[in-house]
Amino acid sequence: MSTMLHDVNAGLAQGTDAPLLQVRNLQVWYPDAAAVQGVDLALRGNEVLALVGESGCGKSTVAGAIAGLLPAKVRIQGQILFDGRDLLREPEASLRALRGAQIGMIFQEPMTSLNPVLTIGEQIAEVLRRHRRLSAAAARARAIELLDLVRLPEPQRRVDDYPHNLSGGQRQRVMIAIAVACEPRLLVADEPTTALDVTIQAQVLELLSSLRRQMSMSLLLITHDLAVVGQYADRVAVMQRGCKVEEGTRDQVFFSPRHRYTQGLLEASLQVDPELHYTRVKLAEIRHTVDPDSGAHSFGFTHQERLAPAAPPAAASPAEIPAAAAPPPVLEVRDLLAQYSSRYGTISAVKNVSFEIGRGETLGLVGESGCGKSTLSKTIVGLNPAVAGQVILDGTDLVPLGGRALRPHRAKVQMVFQDPYASLNPRLRIGDALEEVLVVQGQRDRAERQRRVRAMLDAVGLPQTAARRYPHEFSGGQRQRVGIARALILQPQLVICDEPVSALDVSVRAQILNLFAELKREFGLSYLFISHDLSVINYMADRVMVMQKGVAVETLARDRFFSDAAHPYTRTLIAATPDWPRAPVARADAAQVPDRLTRFA
Amino acid sequence: MKAFIQRRLLQFLPLVFGICALNFVLIQLAPGDLAEVVAGETGQVEDGAGSAEYVAELRHSFGLDVPAWAQLAAYLKRLVTFDLGYSHRFGAPVGDLIRERVAATALLGVSSLILAVGVGVLLGVLCARWRNGRLDRAVSAAMALCYSVPVFWLALMLLVVFGVKLQWFPIGGMQEVGIEAAGPWAQARDVLWHLVLPVVTLAVYSTAVYARFTRASMVDTLQEDYIRTARSKGLSELAVVFRHALRNAFLPVLTLIGANVGELLAGSIVIETVFSWPGLGKLTYDAVVNRDTSLLLSLLFLSSLLVMAASLLVDILYARLDPRIDIKR
Repeated sequence: MSTMLHDVNAGLAQGTDAPLLQVRNLQVWYPDAAAVQGVDLALRGNEVLALVGESGCGKSTVAGAIAGLLPAKVRIQGQILFDGRDLLREPEASLRALRGAQIGMIFQEPMTSLNPVLTIGEQIAEVLRRHRRLSAAAARARAIELLDLVRLPEPQRRVDDYPHNLSGGQRQRVMIAIAVACEPRLLVADEPTTALDVTIQAQVLELLSSLRRQMSMSLLLITHDLAVVGQYADRVAVMQRGCKVEEGTRDQVFFSPRHRYTQGLLEASLQVDPELHYTRVKLAEIRHTVDPDSGAHSFGFTHQERLAPAAPPAAASPAEIPAAAAPPPVLEVRDLLAQYSSRYGTISAVKNVSFEIGRGETLGLVGESGCGKSTLSKTIVGLNPAVAGQVILDGTDLVPLGGRALRPHRAKVQMVFQDPYASLNPRLRIGDALEEVLVVQGQRDRAERQRRVRAMLDAVGLPQTAARRYPHEFSGGQRQRVGIARALILQPQLVICDEPVSALDVSVRAQILNLFAELKREFGLSYLFISHDLSVINYMADRVMVMQKGVAVETLARDRFFSDAAHPYTRTLIAATPDWPRAPVARADAAQVPDRLTRFA
Repeated sequence: MKAFIQRRLLQFLPLVFGICALNFVLIQLAPGDLAEVVAGETGQVEDGAGSAEYVAELRHSFGLDVPAWAQLAAYLKRLVTFDLGYSHRFGAPVGDLIRERVAATALLGVSSLILAVGVGVLLGVLCARWRNGRLDRAVSAAMALCYSVPVFWLALMLLVVFGVKLQWFPIGGMQEVGIEAAGPWAQARDVLWHLVLPVVTLAVYSTAVYARFTRASMVDTLQEDYIRTARSKGLSELAVVFRHALRNAFLPVLTLIGANVGELLAGSIVIETVFSWPGLGKLTYDAVVNRDTSLLLSLLFLSSLLVMAASLLVDILYARLDPRIDIKR
């Protein structure tokens, strides 16, 4: 398959003007495994090429190879032609002259990508002094201009700030200022907005894209986010397990993908579409399997399934049920006030928040980092004391309770955490971790405990043998299944899911969301589903609550959320969510397009 | 900044008094006192009654015949007025004794600190940059040796090999007798000459500590994202390693230096005794051997002050080097 595609690209690369960057048959090996196996790319002047794939597919390794920033222990073969020069054969000194001057780089983690002990002015000036040989004063003056260019407020004053004085979005602006300081011809951006909030992501992408046009740079955008790709890329290359499986213009890849993996990736992706709701649709799933004997990888995907329209009453949106007829809510929060303490002091993170969650209902909670959504969830489960207000769970106010009195109520509300890698004790077998929860809740019969562990593992789609294994033996998606099993084994009425799919890849995310929907149908669960991603909320929620700076600014039924939201902050959030590209009107190969995608025509 | 220093100094006060009281108690717990030592040297301990009288007389003249708590009260009272007391053994005020010798120990301590930090940090940086390379392995092995060799043995070996056999360096003392006559430059050269062996001996252990610690800290720092950023700017390897990495990696090393000042002082007791260096370490040794309580207490007091001052200095320096630390609050 891939050789065929290589030929296609060879044809594309020999276009009218010579490409600025040409990668030919790039192969990279780490000491233990091959990371990239024969990738060809071509990037012309003034073009945005998106390199897309899931974690571990080798896309960042390709970027590292282009920038010459891979560790010394890797072995590289092939050609990387930049402006006709093969970067893999140039001496280190001339590569250093290119880096920062002709090739600028932006990385994923704005919080750690700047040196904490140097001012941002020094860090920008450094690259100018290195490549432009500017004097200290001239470099500083130019640094201030650059900070203004990346729209950092008060550049005159900010130039002497240290990175810790800046927010994540501001730091990423500084990174961009460093990358474009010498007006490079190629900009390599490796997941530049993955760590940022939605509104900040929109601003940073907008800035990148306008600077790119202004300075006529080519952009190699590496990302896992197809919605971002759809909005900003001219051409798209898709990578899977070290190989490029598809390359084409944005519209080709989005509306007539040739490779099955691209098709699966597109189908598994979430978008803000009224039809995409857990009551109506089961998401497409990509499954990677490794043959235990031969070690061969294979992958397959299931198409999106439309669910039977006769949804059970439990799944019906309670917003539509008249208030008088509805059973009492599972959770009622009244005027809750909660604080968050750090070494920088105590702040009121939740200010007079009131809401309720009906039985079988999913309340989606949206907000950006620091809005208080995590403090709110911790306060509800009793991990953080409430300052004032009521948390009425199943008819009992939990706020005045503590210690032993609280314990029986804890079983009724459980949490699923964001990071499946950090939230499991690495020294505890999965079975023991799950059993422990039952022991705490007073289940003394060992055989009964083990029976329930086995039943729970089965319910979340893990094999029985998982009980005897340790967390490191599982993938991220499997660990999140363990996290869900841990939450559900106590048969809670309410499950609080704090960004449960943000750390997961597109394909795994679809599986976990399907699992949440299935478990809800099976056990009649209620969810408080926290996410910063509106496409996830759109799929999972019955009602949506928006929080900003500790205040619940707006609560709406999910079906009316995108149309009727009135609060300016909600409108900003909706506007900042990247739109899925619309299919071109005239299309020759409409017949090839899978069913679901015709909706966009 | 000023408020921070004031607050820290105020915190020191009760600590200093606590340490002084504890020192006093510890010395009291040890058997024997100065009177017995002096009486023993005069040979009067052999015969029964007369010697007891003599010891009692000595005790009275040294002020050791009052109860221990009264001695402690008197000691603390004198301390408040910065009166360090009188050494009956040396027949001189303790303050004068310390003043005479503090420069010699400071010279020894500061030189070996500079040597240990300089060499240790540099070795650590080089090892981290070429991790698991030939240099790294050689240095690791050498440092393990430096770590484990007993200081007194090393001191004696250096003395025998370089002082006695090869005669490259003098075998003891701080300067030749009568060197002042040859002018200040010749004197400085002579002191430096005498300094080499004791400084090297004192620095060996700390060098190993700093090299290992710097290496570990640098290995972590070199994997940070901002190092990748620095490389992506096209900076030279020298700028990446020293300007970007070492400035961050040095911070934990700085904390270690503060904690190590006390060890340097402890080490100087052995070194100064072996090399007959006329400093506080030698004085401490003499005070212990002679049960010279007031001298010993003052020396211990001084060293605790020094350790506290070092920790304050390190905190201030740390805040200077790390902009994330704000000591105004």
